[in-house]
Amino acid sequence: MARLQDMPEVERRHLMSKACAPLPGEPFVHGRRLEERRVAIITTAGLHRRDQPAFLLGDTGYRVIAGDAAGRDLVMSHTSVNFDRTGFQQDSNVVFPIDRLRELEAEGAIGSIARYHYALMGALWEPPEIEATARTIAGFLKQDQVDAALLVPV
Amino acid sequence: MSAVAHYIEEEGVPTTGISLVRENTVAMRPPRALWVSFELGRPFGAPHDAGLQRRTLLAALALLERTDGPVVLEDYPEDAPAAAPEEMEGLACPVPLPRLPVDAAASPVAAVEAEMAVLAPWYELALSTRGSTTVGVSGLDLPGVLAFLGKLLAGATPPPAPGLGLAQTVRFATEDLRNWYLEAASARPGGSAGARVLADWFWGETAAGRLILRLHPICAASSDRTLRGLAHGALVPRVQRHRI
Repeated sequence: MARLQDMPEVERRHLMSKACAPLPGEPFVHGRRLEERRVAIITTAGLHRRDQPAFLLGDTGYRVIAGDAAGRDLVMSHTSVNFDRTGFQQDSNVVFPIDRLRELEAEGAIGSIARYHYALMGALWEPPEIEATARTIAGFLKQDQVDAALLVPV
Repeated sequence: MSAVAHYIEEEGVPTTGISLVRENTVAMRPPRALWVSFELGRPFGAPHDAGLQRRTLLAALALLERTDGPVVLEDYPEDAPAAAPEEMEGLACPVPLPRLPVDAAASPVAAVEAEMAVLAPWYELALSTRGSTTVGVSGLDLPGVLAFLGKLLAGATPPPAPGLGLAQTVRFATEDLRNWYLEAASARPGGSAGARVLADWFWGETAAGRLILRLHPICAASSDRTLRGLAHGALVPRVQRHRI
């Protein structure tokens, strides 16, 4: 039901107000076959382990999620109250598909899973405010030989 | 999300991703995105539907092999499955709640406590079935959450949770309360009803929802700027504000 025309008017107007102009440049990096790629998840759902700091209002930092983490160990401290939490409560894979990714790795559909995944909170910032964090994460991804970053909003 | 993809790709790491609002993705032009029609909060479709999650994930990852950039936006063809008819029967009230033994208007915290006593077996079942809970981000236990919110409702300024400011504590305490109810509600038979059904139940039918709705004007009128900011955007969902 994420078609704008199916949403209540108040939600539709809000989401449309979030549209930004494209950023300058059109980067597009080619790579290996999917079966050879190393995949990391970058979620903007404000996920973290319970013992990690929660995301605060306007938080533009990141949290590291170990590659062997269990989805059930994650909690969500995203600022927004305007999206569903019940799917995540029942099955974390609906937001952070780590079990599905492990299945694809076992089948050879992807090469490997990154040592670390990353979580941000996708709210209350404009693109330039998240640039430093995104570029920092990119550096860690490269150190981990990641050549497939899967970006997942919520 | 599109901006994060842009910056990471610019650093040389190929990206792909999920788009939940197609119009915004069209405007932002990230390198690769798979638009899905799923509800906000469910980017891989539906809980406990491993097939749908897997197909969606593979479709997003497959975009990495596309060479016809610099902008690839695909529409994923599947919708999430609709709630089964037996789940829709509980639409008005996902968990039947008894007549409250206390005057909810006079004692909103006592009303919540009475309601939680009725719901507790379902929460305990959810906890034991899933082996985890999303409740507890505030760092307070549930009695602590209710004590904190009760003081706020009475016009006092309770001490915030350790390590948090006042507004953050209100935010996480209300979220803990809401998550507790929704985890309980979704554990009952047919409890995987749609997100909107559960949200309407919480905000429209429960004492906990009413308690948070009563907090809204208090936060909105506070001399504390952070509490006013919380009331503006992070206490009650936009589509539920007509209940305030």
